[in-house]
Amino acid sequence: MLKMVSMYTVSTLLLFALSTVPVQADAARDYISIVGSSTVYPFATVVAEQFGKTTSFKTPKIESTGTGGGFKLFCGGVGVEYPDITDASRPIKKSEGDMCAQNGVKEIVEVKIGYDGIVVANAKKAPQLQLSRKDLFLALAKQVPDPAGGEKLVANPYKIWKDVNPALPATKIEVLGPPPTSGTRDAFVELVMEHGAESYPWIKALKKSDEKQFKIISQALREDGAYIEAGENDNLIVQKLEANPSAMGIFGFSYLDQNGEKIQGAKVDGVVPTFEAIANGTYPVSRPLFFYVKKAHVGKIPGLAEYVKAFASDKAWGPEGYLADKGLIPMPDAERQKMAEAAVQMKPIAIGQLK
Amino acid sequence: MSRSIDIVQRGLKRRYRAERRFQRLGLAAIVVSLIFLALLFASIVHRGHGALFQTHIQLNVFFDPQILTETDLNAADYSRLVKEALYAMFPAVSGRNEKRNLSGLVSSGAAYQLRDMVLGNRAIIGTHQEIWVPADDDVDMIYKGALARDSGRLSKDQLAWVDQLHSQKKIEKQFNTAFFRSGDSREPELAGIWGAACGSFFTLLVTLALAFPLGVATAVYLEEFAPKNSWTDLIEVNINNLAAVPSIVFGLLGLAVFLNAFGLPRSAPLVGGLVLALMTLPTIIIASRAALQSVPPSIRDAALGVGASRMQMILHHVLPLALPGMLTGTIIGMARALGETAPLLMIGMVAFIVDIPHGFTDPAAVLPVQIYLWADSPERAFVERTAAATLVLLLFLIAMNGAAVVLRKKFERRW
Repeated sequence: MLKMVSMYTVSTLLLFALSTVPVQADAARDYISIVGSSTVYPFATVVAEQFGKTTSFKTPKIESTGTGGGFKLFCGGVGVEYPDITDASRPIKKSEGDMCAQNGVKEIVEVKIGYDGIVVANAKKAPQLQLSRKDLFLALAKQVPDPAGGEKLVANPYKIWKDVNPALPATKIEVLGPPPTSGTRDAFVELVMEHGAESYPWIKALKKSDEKQFKIISQALREDGAYIEAGENDNLIVQKLEANPSAMGIFGFSYLDQNGEKIQGAKVDGVVPTFEAIANGTYPVSRPLFFYVKKAHVGKIPGLAEYVKAFASDKAWGPEGYLADKGLIPMPDAERQKMAEAAVQMKPIAIGQLK
Repeated sequence: MSRSIDIVQRGLKRRYRAERRFQRLGLAAIVVSLIFLALLFASIVHRGHGALFQTHIQLNVFFDPQILTETDLNAADYSRLVKEALYAMFPAVSGRNEKRNLSGLVSSGAAYQLRDMVLGNRAIIGTHQEIWVPADDDVDMIYKGALARDSGRLSKDQLAWVDQLHSQKKIEKQFNTAFFRSGDSREPELAGIWGAACGSFFTLLVTLALAFPLGVATAVYLEEFAPKNSWTDLIEVNINNLAAVPSIVFGLLGLAVFLNAFGLPRSAPLVGGLVLALMTLPTIIIASRAALQSVPPSIRDAALGVGASRMQMILHHVLPLALPGMLTGTIIGMARALGETAPLLMIGMVAFIVDIPHGFTDPAAVLPVQIYLWADSPERAFVERTAAATLVLLLFLIAMNGAAVVLRKKFERRW
């Protein structure tokens, strides 16, 4: 018995000895650690790879944790065990800023990198749809204004697109989209659903009088099978659309860009989702993408300032840059220049003023 | 008496029929599962075989001393060498956009290939060299026929250039060495599984080093020394419970204990190995105990009878006889650990990592994670690479499980 106990003690000690060595080795992390949005991931990774190959620094490590998960890790504190940069498909929230400040992360630099379009697409075999944001709201909201009229909400009764808008075909409403944890879902709700809901004056009035009720109306998506949460894997949605021509899918523009011979984007408010239409702002469903830098780590982690500079160069995020090839929609020239200057100067945001 | 034999005889036919049905049912079950397995393999091979080959383009590169003058050859503009070689092949191409399209035919990895050549042998500066460089992933897909020509990924001009290269025999499919030699990349034509394979290797090494000795020691103690009381019962129940815990729970444990409490680095094979060791430990303990139980008591009694101590009895007689069974259990546990992703998600091993890991604390991904990451990439060329990586993982698993079967057949003794 004693022998076994001592054996266990020795092996446990060994385990600890094994684990303390790397802690010391880690005390000076020599690569950049990045976490955050899965939407920004395809762009951040390209910059990281180029950065690793063209400079003497190591290639940054990038984890795709989702925007919210990224902030949680990023705001954990200052020190080598916490990430240096988090990617986000929406601006930082007040609660996240507060969490950062509480844990000693006082100086955060915000860098906007460009735009991403969200498309509503179907298989090329099916006809291209012409949707308005009101159509999408009526098709996907859990509760819609009573079709009979009046300021009353009813559970969504629409089964086919034609019910929503007589100009649309008589196919079943079946939309594959991201789950609530996704930044794409947040952006879709804000840009499409809220906007669609506001086309009813009495709902729009609610926004001022009863914001909570407005949020409930505009943000809840159907749970009766017409809206299908398809997970974070957009490739899977593309495959499912190809197999089922009557279904529609909601995902980022870069997937439409890569699969142009299989699927087509629906016109939203009369505009086809193309690179140009998103870049010049005529396509209504587009959102900015960001990354946030922990200023306290600049100078401590080798290459951090250089990575930010590499990202904020026209070679990367410009209209002719390699990120545009990957589907990132660049900012207009003036905005891009201003952002690049801010990124190089590392001017922190005012956490207290976040909304 | 004859009456009962009559009853038996009458029922005999029916009973034989029932038995045949029973047998066929079992056979049908096997056939169905084999068909599914074959379907899975066929679809993976069908999708993944393309990734074994990569389209390359032959360029006549002039290592221009004018461009390579800088003292720091590392940072010279190698992509310009590639572009100049392309412009020389298609002298008719002019205009900024056309030139940009033309240089888009070749992978951005070509420049790094040239850099490595120059750094390896400075004498080639000032010479002309015929070099095969990887083509861009869209060119690769269309040349292989995995993507339709009218898919819109290549412009009309680009298609015409590819055709011209084809007629000059300057474009061809070559064995995709990059896939087996390099780490992850966002350019499908440069992406490889070597980084993930190294990560898997380091992770499994940690797992094996911890789980095997701990598992065997636990099993030996519980089987040979432990008194049979309620405490050992409790331990046994707990071990069996642990074996059934979903793997993600071990990831959460790893996050809370190894990362947050001990402060170990994220994304490191060391932590991955620790977590997977916890996960495989119950499997190994259970298999090892079964192996020890199958050693007949007469062996123990004989050893003790000729005066061996209990430790000698265990080390000299019982363990060698039980070892094949223990190893089989360990290999099966390791195979499960090799294919695991969920617990690694929690400790940051699901990450984009380009550099090939060289130690236990370097950031690393593992094979199944690599598959997961590629499956989620928008580029079309990653579809076949995902399937090819799955194929590699399956081959590893088959090899490991095959080894377990061979071990059992070769060394196991039946009593």
